[in-house]
Amino acid sequence: MTPAKTDMRDDWPRIHTVGVDGMLVSFGQRLSEPANRAALALRAELERLSWDGVEECSTSLVSAYLRFDPLHLPHADLQARLAKLTSDRDWYQAALPEGRKLWRIPTVFGTDLAPQLEEAAQAAGMTAKEAVTSISSTQVRVQTIGFAAGQPYLGELDEAWDIPRQTELTERVPEGALTVAIRQLVLFSVSTPTGWRHIGQTGFRLFRPDSEVPFVLRPGDEVLFTPTDAETLQNMREGGPDAGATSEVLK
Amino acid sequence: MTRELIVHRAGPGVTVQDMGRPGYLGFGLSQGGAADRLAMAEGAALLAQDGRTAALEMAGMGGEFEASEDIRIALTGAPMRAAIDGQRIAWHASHELPKGARLVIGGASAGSYGYLHVGGGFDTPETLEARSAHLAAGLGKAVAAGDVLPVGEDPGHGTNQCLSVEPRFEGGTVRVVPSLQTDFFGSDQIARFESAEFHRDTRGSRMGVRLNGAEGFHSDAGLSVLSEVVVPGDIQITGDGTPFVLLSECQTTGGYPRICTVLPCDLPKVVQAAPGASLRFRFVTLEDAVEAEARAARHRDSLRAQRQPLVRNPHEMRDLLAYQLISGVTAGNDI
Repeated sequence: MTPAKTDMRDDWPRIHTVGVDGMLVSFGQRLSEPANRAALALRAELERLSWDGVEECSTSLVSAYLRFDPLHLPHADLQARLAKLTSDRDWYQAALPEGRKLWRIPTVFGTDLAPQLEEAAQAAGMTAKEAVTSISSTQVRVQTIGFAAGQPYLGELDEAWDIPRQTELTERVPEGALTVAIRQLVLFSVSTPTGWRHIGQTGFRLFRPDSEVPFVLRPGDEVLFTPTDAETLQNMREGGPDAGATSEVLK
Repeated sequence: MTRELIVHRAGPGVTVQDMGRPGYLGFGLSQGGAADRLAMAEGAALLAQDGRTAALEMAGMGGEFEASEDIRIALTGAPMRAAIDGQRIAWHASHELPKGARLVIGGASAGSYGYLHVGGGFDTPETLEARSAHLAAGLGKAVAAGDVLPVGEDPGHGTNQCLSVEPRFEGGTVRVVPSLQTDFFGSDQIARFESAEFHRDTRGSRMGVRLNGAEGFHSDAGLSVLSEVVVPGDIQITGDGTPFVLLSECQTTGGYPRICTVLPCDLPKVVQAAPGASLRFRFVTLEDAVEAEARAARHRDSLRAQRQPLVRNPHEMRDLLAYQLISGVTAGNDI
């Protein structure tokens, strides 16, 4: 049975509380394409409805999240409304967001710029060369933006990439680092400690606070990480925040 | 003459903070803003101004400041040694800072984050509708010697008032609620977590603090948990079993399982725990948590009314001779 089917049993979606002032509607225990689409569509609907007392909405990979004021909107009321809304229609059949783009982002795989390629390839049972071919030929989708400003979680990679995060945190990966775990890629928008393995390096700036488009990627966009070498990447970095990346509208 | 605060010296963790940037979670940007929200409310109450007014947050130690014209200030959060032109001034209180005088704020005697509020607030440029530095996201930067911070017009007046503040600077017991991943932990792990005494690590940032002192905790979910929404107050268990309490500048999603979430109204106690301070955690029901939040909201709303005139010790009054000490003296027969 595929995870998607498992998740679409009667007891999904599920509603959980998050801390004292949050609620989460989860469409599955594991990542699946329908669950991801369902979360995006529910969030769009919640934003359209903008219920009194709801202060903010977002999505994670398979869930829509609401932050609300529990002193004005009791938990029981919100939960009842969410239960009704989620049972009103089949969210797993929802369409992807409009106006999606395909990005091609030049990436240096391995070398001292991305020192964990070998290690990650080994965990996936591949040579480094096979790993680069596998990753760079997969058109991955932005499943959510999260962790840090503008930072995408992308997937889904081939099953071989179902590798766990590291037990120990890497002290710091640089901005633009391409990392892998659990059939997903994360492209880092900031320099930060992480448990994901650093396999590629880009010069793409995901968060541009002073620009008219501060957050460049959107959930639903698709990305190809195209191999390049360090010198070419350096030249492209000097050309601006896209660092050689190009985009076209997906039809 | 422009209203400015001139920075002659600043500790390494001094930043402009307001209530941060709600509304960008979906773009991966956490709200950020002042680490100790209660300290912001106290400062706003002392100066009778809006609770969202930007102030200086000072991690561990302050700095040396000068105003370009007379301004009102208030000091809240972790008590620090403070003086104007060499004369000690009270913490949790409002004061006049005369033009040209030197305000020196030293190290914290308890707690972690002190706050310097100014009448009218800091009027630094906004990015994404807020003035808060969010260093984790690369927004803004730490305040440093040589900076000149614009100060907004101050429609308010009145200083020399103080607040008596509930202690929250020495660690203690913090209330938590179960959250969406609490069930990933066995009841033995939860029981051990609740009975453990932790010590705040010497390292710590606006993103989170590490808790030492207990053997590692382990979830049944392992290291392949799907990344899920993270909120400030979440206590995340990293791969080696160490708990971290996530704070205002934390990530917006994460894959390490969360064992519970600290009540927003108890978060200042975690934020302010100094390195080494003892912290314990106690689970409460969601109903009790909402009631506690309601009480905390009422407390914040009542702060302005709780202000007291600052009783000054004559031995410390720098301007004693300026006081009109004999007005009102009469012959005593004119009742």
